[in-house]
Amino acid sequence: MVLQGVLLVLVAVGGATVVLVRDPLRQAIVAGVFGLLLGVLFFAFQAPDVALSQIVVGSVALPAMIILALAKLAQLRGSDE
Amino acid sequence: MSRRVRGGLFWVAAPVFGFLLVWGLLGLPDFGDYRGPYGDLLQQVALPERHTPQVVGATTFDYRGFDTLGEEFILFAAALGAVVLLRQQRGEEKDEEEEQDHPADRQRRDTSDALRLLGLGLVGPLVVLGFYVIVHGHLTPGGGFQGGVVLASAFVLVHVAGRYLILQRVRPMPLVEITEAGGAAGFVLVGLGGMIAGSTFLFNFLPLGEPGTLLSAGMIPLLNISVGLEVAGAVVLLFSEFLEQWLLRGRGGGA
Repeated sequence: MVLQGVLLVLVAVGGATVVLVRDPLRQAIVAGVFGLLLGVLFFAFQAPDVALSQIVVGSVALPAMIILALAKLAQLRGSDE
Repeated sequence: MSRRVRGGLFWVAAPVFGFLLVWGLLGLPDFGDYRGPYGDLLQQVALPERHTPQVVGATTFDYRGFDTLGEEFILFAAALGAVVLLRQQRGEEKDEEEEQDHPADRQRRDTSDALRLLGLGLVGPLVVLGFYVIVHGHLTPGGGFQGGVVLASAFVLVHVAGRYLILQRVRPMPLVEITEAGGAAGFVLVGLGGMIAGSTFLFNFLPLGEPGTLLSAGMIPLLNISVGLEVAGAVVLLFSEFLEQWLLRGRGGGA
């Protein structure tokens, strides 16, 4: 129970951090770490299947797609100037 | 909307939202108090009926296999949609640009040696892990979806660590597309096998084998493999389509 409690607090802190970090590129990385934290939380709540899904989506697929989108946006902005 | 109006709106909405949240939380069942009959039932029947200790896998790929079929085709349709939309744009860009700057040159610019070494070192283990997670989907947590994304992430790492040209050699697009479509079709074909065997769609018609071994649980490993191929194909396809979008337009070049 202590472990779950600690992880719940960590997830709350992590979620707040994602919102408070304002630079999108950093936000993508922090969101990946937050996804990993969520995965550990699910694991602590005895849902390893969901934990694995959360980790592969939250800290692999999502940050990769965000970073690609950001790279594209930076490019478009650069070519406007 | 001015800053003051926004603040006022927030302070009106926050207590209402907070009240509803606390109210809803108080009405939740106690921690660990499971009420539905189905979970308990599946825990008891999955091992004797399907010879698999992985009840979650047995549920998603057998008892509720039809749901998973739908989910698989959601991803399939999403990847297909992205490819169709982006490809059209690619045609336009190529006409305007005429190969004036080579994506490979740009790619070579800013990858550090440390990143390259770490990435290339991880590619092999990731491929092994991906296949492991897929083929052990009926024994341990994991399965086609998770393993598929792990496999795809190995391809992403090849890009991060290596060069675009290598990536093009590693991910021949027709092969990726065939993998994705083949995975999606495999699920349906296994399902049809149940009908050919004289029962319903997705009927577990294969020999169930010794519980706990790699070749057990009938068709569940086959379905895991087809979902794994489909997911790996779809994620690689989506990633490389977006990547291509980025590479197509040079900084100050095409646009």
